[in-house]
Amino acid sequence: MTTLLETRGLEAFYGDFQALFGIDLTVEEGETVALIGSNGAGKSTFLRALTGLIPAKGQDITLAGTQIAGLPADTIHKMGMAMVPEGRRLFSSLSVEENLMIGAAGGRPGPWSLEAVYDLFPDLVAKKHNPGTALSGGQQQMVAIGRALMSNPKLLLCDEISLGLSPKVIKDIYTAVPRIREGGTSILVVEQDVGQALAVADRVYCFMEGRVTLTGTPEQLTRQDIAAAYFGAQEQKGAA
Amino acid sequence: MVWINAIMQGVLLGGLYALFAAGLSLMFGVMRFINLAHGDFIVTAAYLALAFITGWHLHPALAVPLVLIALGTAGYLNQRVLLNRVMGADILPPILVTFGMSIIIQNALLEVFSANSRRLNAGWLDTASFRLNEDIAIGALPLLMFLAAVGVIGGLQFLFYKTSLGRMLRATSDDPEMVPLMGGKNAHVFAIATAIASIVVGVAGVFLAMKTNFDPSAGPARLLFAFEAVIIGGLGSLWGTLLGGVILGVAQTVGAQIDAGYQILAGHLAFLMLLIIRPRGLFPKK
Repeated sequence: MTTLLETRGLEAFYGDFQALFGIDLTVEEGETVALIGSNGAGKSTFLRALTGLIPAKGQDITLAGTQIAGLPADTIHKMGMAMVPEGRRLFSSLSVEENLMIGAAGGRPGPWSLEAVYDLFPDLVAKKHNPGTALSGGQQQMVAIGRALMSNPKLLLCDEISLGLSPKVIKDIYTAVPRIREGGTSILVVEQDVGQALAVADRVYCFMEGRVTLTGTPEQLTRQDIAAAYFGAQEQKGAA
Repeated sequence: MVWINAIMQGVLLGGLYALFAAGLSLMFGVMRFINLAHGDFIVTAAYLALAFITGWHLHPALAVPLVLIALGTAGYLNQRVLLNRVMGADILPPILVTFGMSIIIQNALLEVFSANSRRLNAGWLDTASFRLNEDIAIGALPLLMFLAAVGVIGGLQFLFYKTSLGRMLRATSDDPEMVPLMGGKNAHVFAIATAIASIVVGVAGVFLAMKTNFDPSAGPARLLFAFEAVIIGGLGSLWGTLLGGVILGVAQTVGAQIDAGYQILAGHLAFLMLLIIRPRGLFPKK
């Protein structure tokens, strides 16, 4: 496997406030990686820093071998990174289909098209002319995922895609993950629901207070390890 | 019959006001941004048309596109180089900067073109008219103005709702922070919006030059009419802006029919009344 995303010593700041302290993380091609951790641990900040929405500093932040630290968000997007943002953030004056189409605006060629997204989420077909924000939460999340896929990203970042959704809807949405991987897209998902994260991910990183406190495959990690990393009762422990 | 005539002339005059207002409406719609120098840009376009046609003796078919290209380019650069730096959560800096631009433009025009009021001779267009019956005649120029307004607003509507550029402009209006994640560059999208608005300003300026006398200080009054049309129609709604222009125009011509001195006042009163009845305008953006 080749490394798709690598960060070494990534730091991010909100003004003078340092939110991330030297994050080392890799995502291999074809891999699904989950970030877990409590509120305020820095998971979402990490995604925002990767996309270029907030400036990231570090020795090395590479996407498919190319440095992306300090590049503007639209350039990083064109290089093959797409994000499903927390809260979905659909464009309210655009229809479902227009929301999907705008995702392709700066994208690359690849397997994902309107048809492919509708095939992945058939619920959206009947709603394609509705305003994106007139849909149920789960359907909005499907639009947000579809919008990101439309650019045919190498790496898909998903920020809290199960937040506020019912267990059944969450299950529906996560059934899309294998098909997204089949299309050649790697996934980095931020998930508060540890059970869900362990079920879907090849590897897990646990964040606490802006640092990585634990990494490993779901099989390697015990409940105790995760509880410790989550709540900070133990020193850093790398099981990977 | 004089009243019907007054209303008819008012509707056509409304076309000019809608042209004044369309650019303002567009910039507010996309960027939530109020350009206080808008009227002065219209007057600048009028002077450019005058300079190209009567100064350089260019054919209008060449001069008008030149005015539009000049305005569009200036609009893009102005947004990219200057205005993007002051846009943000606080609405005050862009207002102050454009207020400053308004003063600078007025003084520059004064320096270059003097304070004399000028008008662009439109030739046969000035006097041509269509007689509907014994009492009512429609001037070719006002009719052309109105058709231009409908065309411009129809064109903008098409651009906004049927093209990928329009999709990007509306998305930027909804949530600018998300646009870079779609591969769009806000600075560029904003500048494109201003360029389009400036081309419309160019059209408005050319018609202003032909319709009436203007001087370097004519801008703020045009800005006021534009504001009134936009607010009557509802902020951010383009067809609403056309209707706002028409309401303003009709109020003015009907006022003038009562007493020539009431023309401007009647327009402002109509605006005030609408503001009381429907403070968010006729077709407010949700």
